[in-house]
Amino acid sequence: MTVEKSQLTRRRVRVAWLFLTPMLVTIVAVAGWPLLRTFWLSLTNATLSGNSVTEFIGFANYLEIYDGEFYGVLADPLWWQSVYNTLYFTVVSVGLETVLGILVALALNMKFPGRSIVRAAVLIPWAIPTVVSAKLWGWMLHDQFGMVNDLLMTLHLISEPLAWTADPDLMMTSIIMVDVWKTTPFMALLVLAALQMLPSDCYEAAKIDGIHPVKVFFKVTLPLITPALLVAVVFRALDALRIFDLIYVLTPASEDTMSMSVYARQNLVDFQDVGYGSAASTLLFFVVALCTILYLYISRRSRGGLA
Amino acid sequence: MKLKWWQWTLFYIGIAMIVLYAVFPFYYAIVTSMESGSELFTVDYWPSRINFDNYAQVFDGQPFGRNLLNSAVVSIGVVALSLFIGLTASFALGRIKFRGRGILLLAVLGVSMFPQVAVLSGLFELIRFMGIYNSLPALAFSYMIFTLPFTVWVLTTFMTQMPIELEEAAIVDGASPSVILFKVFMPLLWPALVTTGLLAFIAAWNEFLFALTFTLTNEMRTVPVAIALISGAGQYELPWGVIMAASVIVTVPLVGLVLIFQRRIVSGLTAGAVKG
Repeated sequence: MTVEKSQLTRRRVRVAWLFLTPMLVTIVAVAGWPLLRTFWLSLTNATLSGNSVTEFIGFANYLEIYDGEFYGVLADPLWWQSVYNTLYFTVVSVGLETVLGILVALALNMKFPGRSIVRAAVLIPWAIPTVVSAKLWGWMLHDQFGMVNDLLMTLHLISEPLAWTADPDLMMTSIIMVDVWKTTPFMALLVLAALQMLPSDCYEAAKIDGIHPVKVFFKVTLPLITPALLVAVVFRALDALRIFDLIYVLTPASEDTMSMSVYARQNLVDFQDVGYGSAASTLLFFVVALCTILYLYISRRSRGGLA
Repeated sequence: MKLKWWQWTLFYIGIAMIVLYAVFPFYYAIVTSMESGSELFTVDYWPSRINFDNYAQVFDGQPFGRNLLNSAVVSIGVVALSLFIGLTASFALGRIKFRGRGILLLAVLGVSMFPQVAVLSGLFELIRFMGIYNSLPALAFSYMIFTLPFTVWVLTTFMTQMPIELEEAAIVDGASPSVILFKVFMPLLWPALVTTGLLAFIAAWNEFLFALTFTLTNEMRTVPVAIALISGAGQYELPWGVIMAASVIVTVPLVGLVLIFQRRIVSGLTAGAVKG
């Protein structure tokens, strides 16, 4: 019996690897290999045109001292500007999305007629392609003909039109505004799912004791949804760190809003400097990898199941 | 919770504001898409007349029909491929205990967190080496990096929930693993496949960075890139009416899918993120 069983187990393990092969091959081809090549290219002077012979140049793309001057990605003020922009964008937009997402989730957690229609309506911004939402808001925020300026002037909140997508002081605010509009639904739905899994008995106890709803939220609800919330926040933050399309379309080629992804692609494609662009890509990869490890750590602790 | 009438009123005002905030930009795009010429220079909150000139112009000025077809072909192809590969992989990960399974699941999750830019130069090189630069296979190939890990991850969570008795009965009947997967489990997994397929479709339909980098000519572009690159004859002002018409065309199928399948989409999102 035991011999038979272990034979069956062995056969099943063989089947498992057979069934995994297509996935493993695909992942290695589209992710593993290109990633290794990007690391390697970042250590060379490769260009997109490929006219000259590619040579190994060590870490010169990252940092190099030549005639007492520093060169390389790490010595470029624009790189550090884009790091700052990305981090600022991530912290502010994810923060706003979390607060708004919780508020929307609490509202959708109430029982009221028409709730499913409201939930569907809230999903619309999430489904709209990022490029399209960038264009929609680019038009609504237009400095001369945009409806946002028109509305704010009618309400006498501003006295003259603002250049939302051209004024360096306002551009990042506009980008955050559009991102918050687009991704709050995602946050709200994740929080809503967590809310609906909460046990109802602790609420009833709080109600009998006559505790104020706001206090119940901070003392009971928030601690209970914190694990799910943390996972959602890290998930969103990882997404925000690699932001590309919104910034690329809403404020094209502006150094004031450039993100790490935009910086890397500009060097790679527009300046055709594959080595230098790969170095920037690699640095971005390590920033995100660090956050991913943090995410895995959190999700394993809060779940302890599947993996 | 018992609310007084004025509390309900406030609650409904709040709900109305949420809905208005979510839906208004898309509504405004529809209004703008019906305006042309000088009508664009004044702000109107409802359409003054029904006018589809901009919609005709979208297809006139660039190969937009071709772009739509490209997007549809690439997205459907990517979804079919990821579902097939994801289905076999999730059977192994969800139903069979073997050494290295935990590590594999973590690796799959790790890949889904990849910044796309990190593989851009390596992928560009590979695509040129395979001779598929500026073609739809290049896009379908590169999109697997974000659709496949997600598909595997979500399908695995659904696969683990299948009843063990079903599988045991099939094994007793002498069914091979592929029969168990495709004849026994797959009919039960349809809801999960629809959910995962929808989310992967939306992700592929909306993708921008790879589509922008791996295509060169107007005929090979997908719609997000086509919309981003629309520029009118005028040197200084963009043809906003045409851009809004194109935006509406691209978004209507997605909004339709969301409205029809909202329950499925929500369950897929939470399975992918909260349980993940």
